[in-house]
Amino acid sequence: MRNKTKQSKSGLYSSFIILTFVCIIFLAPFFFMLITSFKPGQEMLSKGLTLKMNFDAMTLNNYRIIFFEDNRYLTWYKNSLIITALYTVSSIFFSSLVGYGLAVYNFKWKNALFFLVLLVMMVPLEILLLPLYRLMITLNLMDTYLGVVLPFAVSPFAIFFFRQYIIGLPKDLIEAARVDGCCEFMIYFKIIVPLMKPAFGAMIILQALTSWNAFVWPLVVLRSSGKLTLPIGLMSLLTPYGNSYDMIMPGAVMSVIPIAIIFLLNQRAFIEGLTAGGIKQ
Amino acid sequence: MVRIKKIYSVINSVKVMPYIFILPFVITFLLFFLYPMISAVIMSFQKIAGFEDVTFVGLKNYRNLLNPHYYSALRVSFLYTFLTIAILIPSPLVLAVLLNNKLLRGRNIFRSSLFMPALTSVIVGGMFFRFAFGTQPTALFNQIIGFFGLGPITWLQGKWTGMLAMVVLCVWRWTGVNIVYFLAGLQGIPKELYESADIDGANNLQKFFNITIPSLKPVIIFVTTISVFGGFSMFAESFAYWTSRSPGDIGLTLVSYIYQTGFNYNNFGFASAIGVTLLIIIMTVNVLQLNIFGFFKKD
Repeated sequence: MRNKTKQSKSGLYSSFIILTFVCIIFLAPFFFMLITSFKPGQEMLSKGLTLKMNFDAMTLNNYRIIFFEDNRYLTWYKNSLIITALYTVSSIFFSSLVGYGLAVYNFKWKNALFFLVLLVMMVPLEILLLPLYRLMITLNLMDTYLGVVLPFAVSPFAIFFFRQYIIGLPKDLIEAARVDGCCEFMIYFKIIVPLMKPAFGAMIILQALTSWNAFVWPLVVLRSSGKLTLPIGLMSLLTPYGNSYDMIMPGAVMSVIPIAIIFLLNQRAFIEGLTAGGIKQ
Repeated sequence: MVRIKKIYSVINSVKVMPYIFILPFVITFLLFFLYPMISAVIMSFQKIAGFEDVTFVGLKNYRNLLNPHYYSALRVSFLYTFLTIAILIPSPLVLAVLLNNKLLRGRNIFRSSLFMPALTSVIVGGMFFRFAFGTQPTALFNQIIGFFGLGPITWLQGKWTGMLAMVVLCVWRWTGVNIVYFLAGLQGIPKELYESADIDGANNLQKFFNITIPSLKPVIIFVTTISVFGGFSMFAESFAYWTSRSPGDIGLTLVSYIYQTGFNYNNFGFASAIGVTLLIIIMTVNVLQLNIFGFFKKD
């Protein structure tokens, strides 16, 4: 028995050492991005992203450029915030309605519809890129926030998630409300919504993250430099003109900071949003 | 008044209400999924010179797929998918097993640190790796290999090193996510299994291969499925390194090829044909993969 505990102790130490080592590697890019964000962009251009650190040469100049000089970065930030808010609100609102419809009612096309939800989840959006692009031109939605959000305003993944969650809620509350003559919408908003708070929390975080980091579709829809979101805007800085190289690393760092804070405050919701959809079936 | 009440009671009935609840999905499905899907298939048989100038060309677009660019794109997409799966299943699995020990100090800190990269966009991660894989001897990865006495490499110009760069970016961003999936799976394995194995005198390695892996089968299937999916539809990683054109097609994936033909050359018909083959590939690989795992077997 003693031997056993000794063995597991040494196992614990080696796990600790391995994990510490792996974590250092995984966090290193953040550290280097932060350090590089204080170096002149010209240096990154000529030397690459480098290990050498000369603390005396570091400056806040890059951040000064972002905040006080004439450039688009803060506009992109605002665009990203607006698009993320629009997308998150609409996908949560609509998807939870659909999830509720699929979870509590019995109707003719219910199973077929649920199958379609799964089907949409299983087809990569990249295949629809061109026809959707043409549709956006026809609908006159190119280069607009609405064009970025509308095609994905109802998220199949969120529908699936909410349906699973609502199925797990007690049904007798709904029956009781119906007996009291409560109308169907009121049942949803007054009784079900308050019970879904944890589910909303998890999905809001996940959808907001998806939208904040979305790249392919916004790249197609957004054209003018004043309309870009952060990821597209950062890509557009890869030109040798002006001081765009100075803005790349601080720009990247500043786009991660709000998500990192939200994540560190709500880790549980993050992880629930990720796992509940996938595995517990 | 009576009439309004009647309309209200019809709408509010359990017969009509479900259709109102599901309406948002039905509308977006028809408009933003079914319609584009059908038009993608139709477009793949067309030559599209302008919005109005459309001619049917039969299978010509599909015959045009037999060209070196398409082969490169296929090669890159298959290889990338294979490599990311080969790395992103075993290593997160082992890390999750190490993390799944209540006695381990700082396990929350480890888990969060490994998850942090998943919060970044491909572009933000790409910005780091793009400059870390710089050609200069002073760039991060050249400094690291220089430490072992190896010469500076032009990472983003070579076939294999370019692939390595894309895989590294993906592994960095996804390891933490897969760890979360595996941890959720590990917590569902009943303790008794391990206890009885202890009584039988099984060692850790035996327990890992005979209990942990078989019990995690559903999670492994799930993670493989999403990896197949993500692997074949990869585009942003390549775009972050090379935008839409890479030297010698080293970063040309199937989706980059769609993007390039569609948006750089305005050849929508041909691009749609690539898209249709991509859809067929993803579906086939997933069905094969689920077959290999015995997902369709009834047991």
